[in-house]
Amino acid sequence: MKQFDYVRPATVTEAVAAAAQPGAVYLAAGTNLLDLMKGGVSRPDRLVDVTHLDGLDQIETLADGSLRIGALVSNADLAHDPGFATSYPAVAEALLSGASAQLRNAATVGGNLLQRTRCAYFYDTASRCNKREAGTGCDARDGENRGHAVLGWSESCIATHPSDFCVPLVALDAVVEIEGRNGRREIALDELHRLPGNTPERESALEPGDLIVALRLPPAARGFSAHARYLKVRERTSYAFAVVSAAAALRIENGKIAEARLALGGVAAKPWRARAAEDVLRGVAPTADAFQEAAWRALADAKPSGDNAFKIELARRIVVRALTLAAAGTPARVPALPASPFASTSGAIHA
Amino acid sequence: MNHSISLTVNGARRDFVLDDPRVTLLDLLRERLHLTGTKKGCDRGQCGACTILVDGKRINSCLALAVSHDGADILTIEGVARGDQLHPVQAAFIAHDGFQCGFCTPGQVMSAIGMMQEAQAGNDPERIRECMSGNLCRCGAYAGIVDAVLEAQAGMDETNQRRSA
Repeated sequence: MKQFDYVRPATVTEAVAAAAQPGAVYLAAGTNLLDLMKGGVSRPDRLVDVTHLDGLDQIETLADGSLRIGALVSNADLAHDPGFATSYPAVAEALLSGASAQLRNAATVGGNLLQRTRCAYFYDTASRCNKREAGTGCDARDGENRGHAVLGWSESCIATHPSDFCVPLVALDAVVEIEGRNGRREIALDELHRLPGNTPERESALEPGDLIVALRLPPAARGFSAHARYLKVRERTSYAFAVVSAAAALRIENGKIAEARLALGGVAAKPWRARAAEDVLRGVAPTADAFQEAAWRALADAKPSGDNAFKIELARRIVVRALTLAAAGTPARVPALPASPFASTSGAIHA
Repeated sequence: MNHSISLTVNGARRDFVLDDPRVTLLDLLRERLHLTGTKKGCDRGQCGACTILVDGKRINSCLALAVSHDGADILTIEGVARGDQLHPVQAAFIAHDGFQCGFCTPGQVMSAIGMMQEAQAGNDPERIRECMSGNLCRCGAYAGIVDAVLEAQAGMDETNQRRSA
């Protein structure tokens, strides 16, 4: 690991000033950053430790009914907060389907949003990677790429965003609060992560020094609590990243879908909101045919980036099954195997 | 630049001067305090052999910078027994052959203790397997590990019932 300076700012303002310097990065739990630094993938000159800042670890309901989650709340504390799991069950299920219990205890909300891709060529410093080192090329393009993107990719980069948490969040219109050199601003989570284009090294809308201080779920996000699920296919049942995942949330009134939300994980460089699929579900009965139509719309623009055409058909089936599970109703408790198609309590029919 | 930190390790306050901020909690425990029960397996947060409790919660000590954990309360495998009296989870691992070579065992035991405190799995074997998935055992002693955790959990439930009766 390369040498670095360690600084521990006393305030958010001090943190932003320290992190705006070239070569500086924020340190929260470090569960992803330390791994990247040990491998020489990230080589920061300065770590700005935000874990001792006050006021960033609260979960609070605001006057308008929004939920505000401090950036330093741990993944485990959020998932196990009884009020949170009841109001936003798909988000809790997604959190509990990610990483291991040890990592969830340490990893923070803000850090989860900004975790890096798990593309093996990004991690291997002997490989060419436009994301790690701009302009060097992409060895994933002709390499082992069965897990790579099928939506939104470019010739420069076919990596995926690995977060489970972000998938239901983007479906529920989450908002990110950012403190920067010019003060506080907020953006939709859907606008935080960028598609690669010709600049895959630029992964987010954040500017130097920008610190995510909180995440907000708008009041409408609670309206889906009775019919919300996260479903994740992985190569082993626990402690693995998604091959493909989907968050589905429905508001059902008088036997018809008043509003649908759908997002996919493991398919693109960002959590993938499927608005065309949502539109086709509005006002119709929650039937298998409607869900099939939604799945086709969600993947209409998908194309293989390599040896991964199977992911397109897999994603369609995951969409149908996630919608079917959501329509059947949120279980009283997160299943023993969260988000798993093998969960014994799922009661799902095969798509 | 030197960084001074203080930790509580297995109940005792320890002060350190770090001349390099790169040291992890794992390396601090092993190299500075010679508490070598906490194992370095993968050193990348994948195997769980380095699991310790920090402020009562299980984490991977290989991915935690010591300098960032100034003031933390740390429990390692060396701190769970009371003299010669093993912690109930340790005793249950022996009773159920929850190991072969033993390398992953300190991490398994610390993870199980942390998991029981989290109170999410109860006595459901499927939830226990899921909640213990961050600890790999290359000998494949998983069946014994689940049985050991079930017994330790049953013992804890019984103790709690007696206390509340």
